[in-house]
Amino acid sequence: MAKISVKVDGVTYSDDVEARMLLVHYLRESLGKVGTVVGCDTSNCGACTVHLDGRSVKSCNMLAVQADGHEVTTIEGLADGDTLHPVQQAFHDCHALQCGYCTPGMIMQATSFLKDNPTPTEHEVRVGMEGNLCRCTGYHNIVRAVLAAAGEGGGSQ
Amino acid sequence: MTAVAERTALEIGAPRKRKEDQRLITGRTRWTDNIQLPGMLHLAMVRSPFAHANVTAIDTEAAKQAEGVVAVITGADIAATQGACANAWPVTTDQKTPAHLPMVVDHVACTGEIVAAIVARTAALARDAAELVDVTYEELPAVLDAKEAVDDTVLAHPDLGTNTTAVWTLDSAGQGTGGHVDDAIAEARVDGIVIERDYRQQRLIPAFMEPRSTVVDPTGEQITIWSSTQVPHILRFLIAATTGIPESKVRVIAPDVGGGFGGKLQTTPEEFITLAAARQVRKPVKYTETRSESLVSAHHGRDQYQHLTLAATKDGTVTGLKVELIANLGAYVALVGGGVPVLGAWMFNSIYKFGSYRFTTRNVLTNTPWVDAYRGAGRPEATYAIERLMDELAVAVGVDPLAIREQNWITHEEFPFTTVAGMTYDSGNYEAATARAKEIFGYDALRVEQKRRRDDLDPVQLGIGISTFTEMCGLAPSRVLGSLNYGAGGWENAAIRMLPTGKVEVITGTSPHGQGHETAWSQIVADRLGIPFEDIEVLHGDTAVSSRGLDTYGSRSLVVGGEAVVRAADKVVEKAKVVAAHLLEASEADLEFVGGRFGVKGTDKGVGIAEIATAAFTSHNWPEGVEPSIDAEATYDPVNFSFPHGTHLCAMEVDTETGATTMRKYVCVDDIGQIINPLIVEGQVHGGLVQGIAQALWEEAVFDDNGTLVTGSFVDYTLPTSADTINYESEHTTSPSTTNTLGTKGVGEAGTIASTPAVVNAVVDAVRHLGINDIRMPLSPERVWRAIRDAGSAATGDTP
Repeated sequence: MAKISVKVDGVTYSDDVEARMLLVHYLRESLGKVGTVVGCDTSNCGACTVHLDGRSVKSCNMLAVQADGHEVTTIEGLADGDTLHPVQQAFHDCHALQCGYCTPGMIMQATSFLKDNPTPTEHEVRVGMEGNLCRCTGYHNIVRAVLAAAGEGGGSQ
Repeated sequence: MTAVAERTALEIGAPRKRKEDQRLITGRTRWTDNIQLPGMLHLAMVRSPFAHANVTAIDTEAAKQAEGVVAVITGADIAATQGACANAWPVTTDQKTPAHLPMVVDHVACTGEIVAAIVARTAALARDAAELVDVTYEELPAVLDAKEAVDDTVLAHPDLGTNTTAVWTLDSAGQGTGGHVDDAIAEARVDGIVIERDYRQQRLIPAFMEPRSTVVDPTGEQITIWSSTQVPHILRFLIAATTGIPESKVRVIAPDVGGGFGGKLQTTPEEFITLAAARQVRKPVKYTETRSESLVSAHHGRDQYQHLTLAATKDGTVTGLKVELIANLGAYVALVGGGVPVLGAWMFNSIYKFGSYRFTTRNVLTNTPWVDAYRGAGRPEATYAIERLMDELAVAVGVDPLAIREQNWITHEEFPFTTVAGMTYDSGNYEAATARAKEIFGYDALRVEQKRRRDDLDPVQLGIGISTFTEMCGLAPSRVLGSLNYGAGGWENAAIRMLPTGKVEVITGTSPHGQGHETAWSQIVADRLGIPFEDIEVLHGDTAVSSRGLDTYGSRSLVVGGEAVVRAADKVVEKAKVVAAHLLEASEADLEFVGGRFGVKGTDKGVGIAEIATAAFTSHNWPEGVEPSIDAEATYDPVNFSFPHGTHLCAMEVDTETGATTMRKYVCVDDIGQIINPLIVEGQVHGGLVQGIAQALWEEAVFDDNGTLVTGSFVDYTLPTSADTINYESEHTTSPSTTNTLGTKGVGEAGTIASTPAVVNAVVDAVRHLGINDIRMPLSPERVWRAIRDAGSAATGDTP
C-alpha cells in the first residue's frame, strides 16, 4: 500500500492504495467518481479521459500513485454548479451523444484539446479527438459540437 | 373550470434536444458497473484458451486459498441450477441445437467459454485467484470456417454428428409468389445474362462502448438483476424458464445501457453465472467484463458465404435470383442466431421486381464464438449482395448502374406491392429518393470527373457507389413470427399514468440504450395529450415498472412501441372524455379535444386533461359507475413490417499505386416515413452509416489456425475514429407507413444496411477499368493493392 494525496474535482483526498491500482479504479471505486468510465483495457478508447493538472490523460493509463500530489478534474467537476461548460452545452445542442458511454471522455478530451487549439479546423478536431472512440454517433455531431464549442469560447475555459 | 392555454405547437417533427443528455454529459450516470451494494462481492471468470477441448480436471485448491476468495465455482457445482442460454428461434422443426450451458461442465466448444468462476472481495482479488485455477484440457481438432464445416470432417460438437444445424429455404415457385428460378437461369444462359458471384460477409464484432456488466442481489423477496442488456424482459422470462426460479421472484433492470447494436440482444453465460454465484454465496455479486473478454465472448455478427446467381434478359430486366448461403453460427445457436440469415430471405430481392427467386441458407456450427444479431441482422448481408449484383448487371448490359436499378425497381404507383419473396411493401417512392440524392451528390459532375481521371491515367481514380436499399423493420407481427417458428410475439406495451399534479409518466416496454426514447416518446405524448413536453417522464428498462415488454432491437421501438404509446394515450383521452362531459355537464358528442383541453363546441367552456387527472385523485366529483382513474395501458401487435428505403451515393478515391482509399463524399436520402425527432434521426443515420462503412473498409474478426481471436483487443479490432470518418449529407423524402397511426418506419439500422455496398461499389467502380470486379471486405489498402496488381498481371500475362 502507498499513501497518496490527490485533489479531485476541488476536494483533497488522502488514501492508502495498492501500488498496482489504476487511477481510473481509484476514481471509481475509492472516490465514487463513477462518471468516469472504463471502455477498454488497452488505452485505445479514451472513455476514461480526465484532466491531470489541466491536461487530458487516459486514467486507465496511469497508476493512482502517479497522481499523488496532482490535481484531477473529472466530468463531474467540469460544470460550474448548474452552468454547463461550453463543451458540455455544445454536446447537448449538437446531439453529440447517444448512449453516452464515451461522452465523459469525449468532453474531457475536447476541453483539453480546445485549450491547446482554441480555433481549430474540422480536420484538426478530427485528428485531435481520434484517441477517443464512439460507436454510436459516427463522430459527425461530435466534431460539430467541438467546433461549436470553440466558437463559444470553449477553449478559453 | 379554469381556462387552459391551448397548445398549438406540434412536438412531432420538432428537433427537440434530448432529455437524456443532462445526466450523461455531467457524469450522473447509472451504468451497471457503477452499482455498489452492501456486502457486494465480485466475480471473475476462468475462460478456455482452446477452441475445442474436453475438460478433464479442474484443480481449484490454490484459488480457494487465495486472499479474499469467498467461493470458486465450477460447471459441475452449478450444473443443476445455472439455467441455460436458450435459442428462441429454431428455424426448422428438426434444427440441431447443441445444449448451451452458461458454464461448461466437460466440453469447450469455443475460445473464451467459461470453465470456472471466482467470487472474491474485490474484482482485482477475483482476477488474481482466477489465475490460480488449474484446468486440464484435452485438446480436440477444431473447425473454424463455415465452408470447412459443411463436409463434417471435423465436428464442432461431436455428439451432434453433424455441423449443419438447419437448412432453410424460401422458393417463390413453391409459395406461389413467382416462377422457378432454375428455369429463369437456364433461359438466361441461352439468351440473356447470367451473373454468378461469391461474396463474403466477414465476421464482425458489435463492440458497444460499455462492456457488459451484471449485478445480482439475491436478498429480498425478489432477486434483483441489473444488467447491461437490450432485453430485460426477455432475460427475465428466460431466467425463469431455464433455472426454475419463479418469474415473479425475478426483477430485471437495464439501467443506463451503453450501446448494443444487437450485441446486447442476448441472454448471456455471464448473466446466468452471476446469478448462480449470488444465489450460492447469498450476497450481491457483480461481474463486469474487460474489453478483451467482451470481444471474444459477446456474440459476433455476419460471417456468411454467399453464392449468388442472377438471371436477366439481354436488356437488363432481372428474371431470377438464386441465393445460396452458408452461415457460420459459431459454437452455439444463439438467441436468434439461426434466424439472422433467415431474416435476409425477404430482402435479397430488395426494391426490385424479379420474376423468380430461391433462397437457401445452410446454418453451420463451428468452434468459434457464437454469432447473432448485429445492426441490420440478415438485411445488410442481403442488401450488400443485391446491390453489388445490380452494379455487375449494369456493366454486363453497358448502362449506368442507376438506370439498371430504375429499370427493375417497383414504381411508386405500384404500392402496395407483394414481392417475389412474399412481403407486401405498403409504401415507398424510390424515384423521389434517388432523384434527390443524385441532385445533392452532383452525380453527373462526378461522372465527368471520373472519366477525366481515367483519360488522364490519374494514379488516384474516382469511383461512384450506389445503394438503393430497403429493409423490413418494426419486428414484428406476432402471427408472422409464429409461422416462422419464433418463440415469442412481436407486440409492444405502453402505459400512461396521469399523476394528480398534472404530470405524466409514460411506461414503455421498449428498452433504449442510446436511441433517445425518453425524448421521442415525450414528444408523441405531448401532442397526443396536449401535456407540455417537460411534464412527461418516460420510464423503461425495469420489469417492476414496465411489466410487459419485448424490448429494443430490429428498428422496432418507434414503429411498434411508439404505436403502443399512441394507443395508450388515446385511451386516456377516451376515458377522460367521459369525465369531462360529466364535469362540464355536456354531452360527449358536443366535446372536442384540442391542445390538452376538452371544450364544449361553440362555447368557451372547457376543462384540461391535467385537471381531470387531479379530479381523479380526489374523486369527489366523478361520474357514477366510472372507475376513478384515467390511466391507460395498450398492447399493440403490428399488422405488417415497415419498409424504410433510401438511396445512398458514395464517392471514393482510390490510390492505384498504394491501394489506399479515401472517402470523398457520402450522400443519403432516406425515406423512413414520418419523423418524430429529426435531430435523433440524423444521429441514428450517421452512426449507422459509419458501422456499415466500417464493415466495407476496416473491421474484421480474425482467428488464427487454432481458433484464437487475433483481433482480441481494440488494438487489433479497429473501430473507426474521428480521423477516419467524414461529414455525411443526409436528407429525407417521406412516404408515410400506412400500417401505424404515426406513419413511422424505423431508422435504427438503415444506415448500416445501406452503406456497406455503396462504399464497396464505389471502390470497385474506381478500379473496374483495370479489370477488377470484386475485392473482399474489408477493403484494406493491402487488399486493394493486391487486386490491382493481380488484375494488371492477368491483363499482361505476367506472373506476380
